[in-house]
Amino acid sequence: MVINTIHWFRKGLRLHDNPSLKEALLGADTVRCIYILDPWFAGSSNVGINRWRFLLQSLEDLDSSLRKLNSRLFVIRGQPTDVFPRLFKEWKINRLSYEYDSEPFGKERDAAIKKLASEAGVEVTVRTSHTLYDLDKIIELNGGQSPLTYKRFQTLISRMDAVEVPAESITAEIMGKCTTPLTEDHDDKFGVPSLEELGFDTEGLSSAVWPGGETEALTRLERHLERKHLDISSYAWVANFERPRMNANSLLASPTGLSPYLRFGCLSCRLFYFKLTDLYRKVKKNSSPPLSLYGQLLWREFFYTAATNNPCFDKMENNPICVQIPWDRNPEALAKWAEGRTGFPWIDAIMTQLRQEGWIHHLARHAVACFLTRGDLWISWEEGMKVFEELLLDADWSVNAGSWMWLSCSSFFQQFFHCYCPVGFGRRTDPNGDYIRRYLPILRGFPAKYIYDPWNAPESVQKAAKCIIGVHYPKPMVHHAEASRLNIERMKQIYQQLSCYRGLGEDITQDSFSDIFNINKKHGQLINRIGRSRSFSLCFLKWFMVDFEVYFGPLSCCRSQSPFNFYFLDKLQDICI
Amino acid sequence: INNSSTSKSPPESRKKVRKQVSEESEAVVPGESPDCEWARLPQELLLHIFQYLPLLDRAYASQVCRRWNQAFHMPELWRCFEFELNQPASSYLKATHPDLIKQIIKRHSNHLQYVSFKVDSSTESAEAACDILSQLVNCSLKTLGLISTARPSFMEVPKSHFISALTVVFVNSKSLSSLKIDDTPVDDPSLKVLVANNSDTLKLLKMSSCPHVSPAGILCVADQCHGLRELALNYHLLSDELLLALSSEKHVHLEHLRIDVVSENPGQHFHTIKKSSWDAMVRHSPKFNLVMYFFLYEEEFGPFFNEEIPVTHLYFGRSVSKEVLGRVGLHCPRLVELVVCANGLRPLDEELIRIAKHCTQLSAIGLGECEVSCSAFVEFVKMCGRRLSQLSIMEEVLIPDHKYSLDEIHWEVSKHLGRVWFPDMMPTW
Repeated sequence: MVINTIHWFRKGLRLHDNPSLKEALLGADTVRCIYILDPWFAGSSNVGINRWRFLLQSLEDLDSSLRKLNSRLFVIRGQPTDVFPRLFKEWKINRLSYEYDSEPFGKERDAAIKKLASEAGVEVTVRTSHTLYDLDKIIELNGGQSPLTYKRFQTLISRMDAVEVPAESITAEIMGKCTTPLTEDHDDKFGVPSLEELGFDTEGLSSAVWPGGETEALTRLERHLERKHLDISSYAWVANFERPRMNANSLLASPTGLSPYLRFGCLSCRLFYFKLTDLYRKVKKNSSPPLSLYGQLLWREFFYTAATNNPCFDKMENNPICVQIPWDRNPEALAKWAEGRTGFPWIDAIMTQLRQEGWIHHLARHAVACFLTRGDLWISWEEGMKVFEELLLDADWSVNAGSWMWLSCSSFFQQFFHCYCPVGFGRRTDPNGDYIRRYLPILRGFPAKYIYDPWNAPESVQKAAKCIIGVHYPKPMVHHAEASRLNIERMKQIYQQLSCYRGLGEDITQDSFSDIFNINKKHGQLINRIGRSRSFSLCFLKWFMVDFEVYFGPLSCCRSQSPFNFYFLDKLQDICI
Repeated sequence: INNSSTSKSPPESRKKVRKQVSEESEAVVPGESPDCEWARLPQELLLHIFQYLPLLDRAYASQVCRRWNQAFHMPELWRCFEFELNQPASSYLKATHPDLIKQIIKRHSNHLQYVSFKVDSSTESAEAACDILSQLVNCSLKTLGLISTARPSFMEVPKSHFISALTVVFVNSKSLSSLKIDDTPVDDPSLKVLVANNSDTLKLLKMSSCPHVSPAGILCVADQCHGLRELALNYHLLSDELLLALSSEKHVHLEHLRIDVVSENPGQHFHTIKKSSWDAMVRHSPKFNLVMYFFLYEEEFGPFFNEEIPVTHLYFGRSVSKEVLGRVGLHCPRLVELVVCANGLRPLDEELIRIAKHCTQLSAIGLGECEVSCSAFVEFVKMCGRRLSQLSIMEEVLIPDHKYSLDEIHWEVSKHLGRVWFPDMMPTW
């Protein structure tokens, strides 16, 4: 029997560590690697030009790698549920392979395709290679719930079996007798489109700071490891991925940066993991690498695990793990933030770099996320998430939503007093202000003393800089001290209500807290109760059952001396360990 | 009836129901469905059960039969209410239904005792709150809270409209015990009205960021309301006279004083409070909590922490210099909780050690963007020992040194704290 295979690329845009493709090639007579371009997405404004370009470059790279194996990439326009029945018939397909997609939308889509495949008698091969682990196993190890603190997650990881070794790269040998039937008009029918063909105006578009593709990814990996070698062997080796302390240079796009390549799957996370492990063992003579070595990879894994069973993960409403916060609806303020017109040079420079290049340093992300949400503007994290989705190359659904919830203190129970000052934080990172001058040339003339708060500069300085604040550059859109005062109070109110919930008319002491939520060392149940209990979610912001007199006094949390609800937050973290 | 999943029926009432039901079942006419027992539950039981239900579930229950509908309107169920006033254009959250609001004002306004208003950032919502307030003429409120959940929209309402609405409550209630009116345009004359009618009962007053109030206005409150136990205001309202009034013989022990110190413009000058005034407070109310929130520029801290001050909970919302933290270590012996949002680039080692040494009551500390070397941090924790029930520091600001790396530090600290501890982490993409 002739075996005709389709390999469906979605993420995992690579030929190294591609176990589903490798397995599908076994004994196959023909193979066609396809990428389905959903026309809906092409028109959607929520994917910016940098992300499209990265994707198209990655597809070009795949195509050229496949050419070396006497094959080609087939780019097909349409929706998967329409495309596949047609292809199954036309190409007489009996085998389909793809990399497992853990995201809820992906799982739903794939379930539909699996059904179509079985109806057409097509065998489906799915393998995990976008994450280090089988996420369902992590969840199983945690009693059926996704871990909601990073500490808990790390504990679970340390108990998991070793990460699977990356699969061998696809070579001519592995292709074996398998061929790809090609037609003369392949480029017209199945070629990778250009940005113009997708409807983008590319006039004046500067070259990509982050070029897409597997080839570029693997080159960067080598460079990254070289740099890591220095870090590990030097005395100042520290756990955090971005140590030593961030300086002006770290803010700029790095030729060793890997996050967009991990997101699109141009680089296998498992390959990266093993290369890091090997390197560490080589330098430190076979000692066991600490979990912190894999920081970036584990955070990514954490958010994938948190999101995989939660279709509402990217929303506040109906999301069982998200605190319901009364964010302000303010499209005007949101636009100023998104377009880098806040009047705070630090924030505006970061948003400008993001829009121009598609990547910003993670501490820069913290700064702008804090500013938009709980720090200054009190706007919903969902809005910020959408802007990042459009502009940020490495923002995929799980990681983007999870990080925004984290940074806005909407979930994962973070200490909300960590507030990044839109003036001070930047000044401490880059005292000279070179970063600002690079992305906001209008402010070039300001001396370091005033470049972070140009509105405080005397008129003479502004005139000399040829930039009058309020005319050539906006005035600051909020008064930061006032905004942070208000917002800290808001966050406190919300968290106090969480801990002061007295739905049963009982006193909620620290001990009875766990009774009320039936925590039997399985914190997951806590989250379930929050989700399923309508009365609890109503009571998030309603004080029906509360005896106000007792609630109000002390002014701070009613069961502890602390105004910051430390007790509540800490208690929850203890439970989760 | 399906009680909310977090409720537990208290055992005795269940027994009571069972007993009642079994008593009544003798009287059941054969053929009659046993479910009709539910309709005969005594009102006190219904009330008890209804109290467990949130409003929406209760409302559904009230549609079941007439008895349940009557129970729904029992005064005891209408003592507490929170009005949520949101506009779709400015909020994602739902508002209290206008019909429900009308019903409450019509049927239950004289039952209301504990009321709060939560408004979003639109002026309409704040005005709607004022309208409702103006209609609470028959109310004898014990608690009133005006809360803006986003921007302080009460400040956008025309001052006269707000004041007249508030005055309705002040005059009619006569037994106000807790009042929460932060970020509102309340002024001195309205405080006088408050005092004239509620001086015997007022226990708690929270009025941070009320720019139209003067030190004389708040002094009037302290002078007359001798039962005041908790007070929150801004620093510009604080005066030596106020502290002395709060420590006068007639005054009860103060439990909680919260002061917000907020800078309007850089380089602003702040007045000082005499040490003798603070001493008088401590003598009069030895256990009181002094909570201070600072939102100042670094150069504005001149007037502060030069003498001993009985602050117990200290929060620095912006960057504060090493020097000031050093002064805190010397002059805040009662310090229980310290939160520092940010500092400069030099490590806070000596300052932390000094705080550990002199602030023997310190049990909670949170450090944001502050650099601390690992050795100094471990030393600090060692000195504080198990009294530190809250220890929060960002992992990225701990500087490893020759003694400790980041991986080792969490064991050391956990050892000294007597529990498992990790620094706070932020996701690295």
